[in-house]
Amino acid sequence: MNFELLTQLIINGLIVGLLYGVVGMCFVLVYKSTQIVNFCQGEFLLIGAWVCWAFLVYLQLPFIVGFLLTLVFMAGFGMLLQMIVLRPMIGEPIISVIMVTIGLSMFFQALMKWIFGVSAESYPKVFSQETFEIFGLRVEAAYLMSTGFALVIMAAFYWFFKYSKQGLAMRATAFDQQVAQSLGISVKRVFAMSWAIAATVSATAGVVIGMVNGVSDSLSVIGIKVFPAVILGGLDSIIGAIVGGLIIGVLENVAEFFDGQYLHWGNLYDIAPFYVLLIILWFKPYGLFGTKDIERI
Amino acid sequence: MSTTSMRPCGDFRTSYQQDTTIFETKFIWAATCALIAALCAAPFILDEYYISLFIQVAYLGVAALGLNILVGFTGQISLGHGAFFGFGAFASAWINTTLHIPVFFAIPLAGFMTMAVGMMFGLPAARIKGLYLAIATLASQFIIEDFFARADWFSGGSSGAMAEPVDIFGFVFDTDQSFFYIALFALVSMYIWGSNLMRSRDGRAFVAVRDHYLSAEIMGINLTKYRLLSFGISAFYAGIGGALYGHYLGYVSAEGFTIMLSIQFLAMCIIGGLGSIKGTLMGVIFMVLLPESLEGIVGMMKETDWGNIPAVVDGVAYLKEMSIGAVIILFLIFEPEGLAHRWQQIKNYWKFYPFSY
Repeated sequence: MNFELLTQLIINGLIVGLLYGVVGMCFVLVYKSTQIVNFCQGEFLLIGAWVCWAFLVYLQLPFIVGFLLTLVFMAGFGMLLQMIVLRPMIGEPIISVIMVTIGLSMFFQALMKWIFGVSAESYPKVFSQETFEIFGLRVEAAYLMSTGFALVIMAAFYWFFKYSKQGLAMRATAFDQQVAQSLGISVKRVFAMSWAIAATVSATAGVVIGMVNGVSDSLSVIGIKVFPAVILGGLDSIIGAIVGGLIIGVLENVAEFFDGQYLHWGNLYDIAPFYVLLIILWFKPYGLFGTKDIERI
Repeated sequence: MSTTSMRPCGDFRTSYQQDTTIFETKFIWAATCALIAALCAAPFILDEYYISLFIQVAYLGVAALGLNILVGFTGQISLGHGAFFGFGAFASAWINTTLHIPVFFAIPLAGFMTMAVGMMFGLPAARIKGLYLAIATLASQFIIEDFFARADWFSGGSSGAMAEPVDIFGFVFDTDQSFFYIALFALVSMYIWGSNLMRSRDGRAFVAVRDHYLSAEIMGINLTKYRLLSFGISAFYAGIGGALYGHYLGYVSAEGFTIMLSIQFLAMCIIGGLGSIKGTLMGVIFMVLLPESLEGIVGMMKETDWGNIPAVVDGVAYLKEMSIGAVIILFLIFEPEGLAHRWQQIKNYWKFYPFSY
């Protein structure tokens, strides 16, 4: 057994898993506060990465400026999306809401392909040093940055929901919309804000992944990979999303290891999370940390 | 029963039989028969292009009706219909080439095989519903797609599978004109079966499960049984549609049955109208004509000197995808009940003219 490779893969898995966790957190945020299942989460990553790429390559902006502009753009984009497309869907049956986000996902995926083409593009170099040695393991600088980003975002989420007034308003809305409304919270604004946050944070993840692997259409796959992660963690638990993301990230890489070393099935990397997803839904549909829905008759 | 040829103003149904009839008036019955008869003559008159469009409508229509039974009538969400469609295509080709069963019998057998697979992947529906079910079927879509790429014995792996044309008593249906009749036969019989199913005890149970599953359970409807049955029937339809597709093209490759196809099937149901059999067909026709007409428009624009924009002309494929996404969104926002509802309103307008409000 090749332990060195396994360790390397597990570390990669943890790093990627943290990013899944971040995207999963956005997913859970939208689900909790607006009761919408967001199938176009992956497209947020894609749009963010392409927009940032356009700022850096076409407008030749420095990375920090381009990145911040991207975040501003994505916040506006998320808010507009909520106001124009998703606000009319409030109160519609769940299938309609799911289909609207699927339609959005299809639309934006094709739009991005149309504007930026189908080939992968790489970002201009941001770091002077490509890789670092940590405990004898080779880690790419972009990966270090992504881990840093993910941890910062998670800490920011924690602070935001625990201490800020807006975060409290969002938690109240997630708890009970009518109660929140009667306390003077603008539920509309909370909805718009949660979409803005989800878009911005996902775009950050998109930029980070784009810096490692290049920007291409395949970024939107992350939006689908997030489903196993959030279901494993429990759909309405932010902690669950992080734990689920880490588990799925590691699992993918371990599956790849066993596949490459012993099984030679090919493709197990992509498909293993979905087997896990089905198994979880079979035995524990509300995930590790999710709250069980108990229905009243 | 169709006793009168015209219905009076308003919609008076005084007996149970009247309520469950397929054709509300004699006129509708006659018009449907006339339409089918006219379609029988179509291959002699129409261009090959329109014939191929009709065949496309037929095999997609059969599969989409299955999805509408599941989504529109039973209220379960499935994002894996495209994979079942593909499974039917491969299964029929496999049954025909490996077991040497004639194609005409291989198609329904493929339907039953797909039904078994559909029920297997529908098993989570016994416990979960709504959103969780959507995600479970999403997983099944990817797992089945992966199976196509992996199982060389079944699907021919990356090289795909050959499917023989349909032949009955030595007559080979290998041209568009002849296959048209197979497609028409399948479409009509599957739609009649679907309409009858919805009038039956099982069909009413489906609707009850959709409308209020707790009440349905209290009334003695076995939820697990009917959810699974609905998944099975839906997959059966998908399998038949897929098998027709396979034998029409003569070649099945694993690439075509992605999540995109599943979304298109859902789009057909939504555009046509969830829970409407007639609407399903309208939705399918809409979704088949949408990319075709888009291509036609761009083709015409190319000829003019103002419309020959390279971005538009080269990006037609993306424009088609975008239009599908946009149509889904627009319909859900502005016409959530689909074309069937719109059709009803147009009919009402004329029926109650000039007091249409």
